[in-house]
Amino acid sequence: MPDPVRSLALRVNGVPLTVAPGTTVAAAIMMAGAPARRSVSGEPRGPLCGMGICFECRATVDGTPHQRSCQILCAEGMDVRTS
Amino acid sequence: MSEHFDILVVGAGPAGIAAAVSAAAAGKRVGLADDNPAPGGQIWRSGTFQPAAARRWLARLNAAPLVRLQGWRIFDSPQRGTLRAERNSDCRDLCYEQLILATGARERFLPFPGWTLPNVMGAGGLDAMVRGGLPIAGKRVVVAGTGPLLLAVAAHLARRGAKVVAVCEQAPLRRIVPLTAALLGEPAKLLQGIAYGVAARGARFFTGCWPIAVNGREKLESVTLQRNRKHWDVGCDYLACGFHLVPNLELPALLGCRIENGFVVADDLQRTSVADVFCAGEPTGIGGVELALLEGQVAGLAAAGRTAEAEKLARRRKRQGFVHALRTASVLDPQLGKLASDTTIVCRCEDVPFAALREHANWRDAKLHTRCGMGPCQGRICGTAAEFLFGWSAASVQSSIRPPVFPALVSSLGASAKETCQSDGLPSAGASTGSQKEIL
Amino acid sequence: MSDRWDVVVVGAGIVGAACALECASRGLRTAIVEGRGIGGGATAAGMGHIVVMDDSPAQMALTHYSQTLWQELSDRLPRDVEYEPCGTLWVASDEEEMQEVHRKSALYATAGIATAILDSQMLADAEPHLRKPLAGALLVPSDAVLYPPCAAGYLLREALRLGARLYAPRTVLSAQAGKARLDDGSELQAARIVHACGADAAELLPGLPIRKRKGHLVITDRYPGFVRHQLVELGYLKSAHSLTADSVAFNVQPRRTGQVLIGSSRQYNTEGPAVDAQILSSMIERAQWYLPEIGALSAIRAWTGFRAATPDKLPLIGPWPEDDSLFLATGHEGLGITTSLGTARILVDHLLGEQTKIPIEPYLPSRFARSEAHA
Ligand SMILES: Cc1cc2nc3c(=O)[nH]c(=O)nc-3n(C[C@H](O)[C@H](O)[C@H](O)COP(=O)(O)OP(=O)(O)OC[C@H]3O[C@@H](n4cnc5c(N)ncnc54)[C@H](O)[C@@H]3O)c2cc1C
Ligand code: FES
Repeated sequence: MPDPVRSLALRVNGVPLTVAPGTTVAAAIMMAGAPARRSVSGEPRGPLCGMGICFECRATVDGTPHQRSCQILCAEGMDVRTS
Repeated sequence: MSEHFDILVVGAGPAGIAAAVSAAAAGKRVGLADDNPAPGGQIWRSGTFQPAAARRWLARLNAAPLVRLQGWRIFDSPQRGTLRAERNSDCRDLCYEQLILATGARERFLPFPGWTLPNVMGAGGLDAMVRGGLPIAGKRVVVAGTGPLLLAVAAHLARRGAKVVAVCEQAPLRRIVPLTAALLGEPAKLLQGIAYGVAARGARFFTGCWPIAVNGREKLESVTLQRNRKHWDVGCDYLACGFHLVPNLELPALLGCRIENGFVVADDLQRTSVADVFCAGEPTGIGGVELALLEGQVAGLAAAGRTAEAEKLARRRKRQGFVHALRTASVLDPQLGKLASDTTIVCRCEDVPFAALREHANWRDAKLHTRCGMGPCQGRICGTAAEFLFGWSAASVQSSIRPPVFPALVSSLGASAKETCQSDGLPSAGASTGSQKEIL
Repeated sequence: MSDRWDVVVVGAGIVGAACALECASRGLRTAIVEGRGIGGGATAAGMGHIVVMDDSPAQMALTHYSQTLWQELSDRLPRDVEYEPCGTLWVASDEEEMQEVHRKSALYATAGIATAILDSQMLADAEPHLRKPLAGALLVPSDAVLYPPCAAGYLLREALRLGARLYAPRTVLSAQAGKARLDDGSELQAARIVHACGADAAELLPGLPIRKRKGHLVITDRYPGFVRHQLVELGYLKSAHSLTADSVAFNVQPRRTGQVLIGSSRQYNTEGPAVDAQILSSMIERAQWYLPEIGALSAIRAWTGFRAATPDKLPLIGPWPEDDSLFLATGHEGLGITTSLGTARILVDHLLGEQTKIPIEPYLPSRFARSEAHA
């Protein structure tokens, strides 16, 4: 059973996921097995730089599109959508 | 909203931390702004080790009486003496008397077929992801590219339980070990030990070796490596691939600091060509942690008016023969510029293929006609690659620098600077709204 | 060393490119010289709104004529030109501005341009992100949007395909008496030289009544559907019709990419291309008044450009009275993307001694030469 203090529950594309505090949204997306985004010509893409430079990890976080998921820490109840 | 500082430091890597701590010790009101969730910069964040120096400086930082602006990303300078920063949807103007730029460096990426597939990352990139919670135990990783980060990353991932299948360094190892030592501020011996440690866990080292293709449909399945004229496939879960570092020059360029040969020009006291603006660490030349710490201290003291102490440190730097060793030492093999096929994407934001770029004479033409570099990364990835692929000079990449130097909310970009930082009441440009006949 | 041509076009902005294509397609031996990049001047900065404007009958004639030429061409435009017939909504915030909607609608009808009048609710349905309530709007469905540098690139490639020759990067140091001297020391000889240097026009031809008028634009990341039409305010009506003061207006454009292009500003007497924080902030403030949620979009770039402004806000098209060989195609201010095709057509008609489809007189450069002579 997940320890309520040591873990956070969020949803990635509607699917529940539990992660440790300090986990970035980009890591959570990868754990969920989804590409972070589809490129403008439809290719699957995931994080490249891990440091907020490349914008490949953009996802919709709590309704806000184009968020660099590698720079955001997961929070309880977060809703993450990838395109 | 605005905040005023005697000395504002941008970047909380080694150089920025040293600058901020030194300036605060001199009694100045200091602000330290950094866009990452935590201080340490790329080196201390993504390094394998917590070197003694890192622990020491982070402790000093925690003890220092200064204002930490962690998570704030500078994207504009709406007027002289002011930088504008954003965090989530908050926007703030940071006003300064003296500014110290310690914006660090990022990895260089080069395009090759398949490099856009998910699970192909930078070396520092995968390392940062793992530190951000990505499970790596039992995963097969190929580490490739060039530069000091590779070994450190391989060692770190191995310690976290990754199966590092291969480490492919484009350059000869004997050149890389001293560079790695310099960059991380660790004795070369120790690193050699680490390298053997990684090897002992089953990794193979190749030099003069690099990836020429990544295979897979929705994500990476295997990587094709090449050494001499031989190539072979290696199955893996992740490819961690970066080609050394490039300095982050956008902010110095926005402020008008002189840039030569791809680095900010700074004098012995780290003063740039712009009055009251100092620069320390990688943007002035990639020289490793120890040099960055020294430059940071010099800049911090000089900005605080402790000139004699700053000069003393600067002399020590000369005496000890610190140089920007990594500037010329790690030259990319020209063959790396020939890996992309016609259809290989170079600009990942706008999906611009190699063939579309080749027709153009320079960066600006390519940008205008293909949309290369027009996406949110603002050319940070593709511009750097294009510089190497086509010889389009860094100057042209920087010449078009304009705010916002990072994407920012329209409302942050448009926030009025009128009520901020105005002790002397600069005249406004006097734009009147809607007082006109023509619209277009 | 010297080459002989029927026409040498100086400048490969959208106007020069259109002129070169028109010349080449009419069988003239054509050369075109560009000092920087193709479409790298004002054309790179422009919004690319293909719009009918009615400041004066002459402006309306040229914009309308040009717009029909763009429509005829639209099927052949490659994808990268991003031609999108999204139409314009002239947005009225109150009843006074609604009267302008009615006036405009009647005027456009006399020119044979179909429009529709939207009331407050219809406008809210058409553009859900606009502030509510607004009084209404005039919809001009025939207006369009395109990406100017690639449009210039396309026109130029067509010209080259028809036999025109490009000299680039080559700057013309002087152009007079049928001779264009280039910066590599060579000379091009031509029966006619078409001067299409945009805002730099006065550098090559001192004394031209052209001033640089700076503009700012901001573009966002991709938000498909955030706006659906080019949105332009009618709010300028209530304030002074100033030709001189710095000003901003609400003018927002949907790009085919889903990006939102935010305009626009006008400034004289500023030569440098730097982005001006005050202007940017007034411009964005204005956009936020009309589109309250636009502030939450991510802005990825801002830039400036210079329009070639004339005293009477009409371009200079036709022969330059002081030099028989010299023809002008410049001074298009904020409408050169739209009017490039019409400009090229009437210029070449006139140059070949043919009847122009719309009267060329209002645009003839002689109108300034004359007034100077009398001054
Ligand atoms: C912010 C802004 C928004 C705008 N929005 C719109 C819009 O929505 N719709 C619209 O229709 N118009 C718009 N415009 C106006 C439009 O961009 C211009 O009118 C148009 O691009 C002018 O084209 P041009 O070819 O005359 O000039 P340019 O594009 O400037 O081309 C002139 C070319 O000549 C070259 N040149 C100059 N001198 C020499 C020389 N001596 N030798 C060789 N080459 C030379 C230059 O390098 C340049 O490439 C806008 C303008 C701005 C600034
Ligand atoms: S992975 Fe590059 S910005 Fe997040």
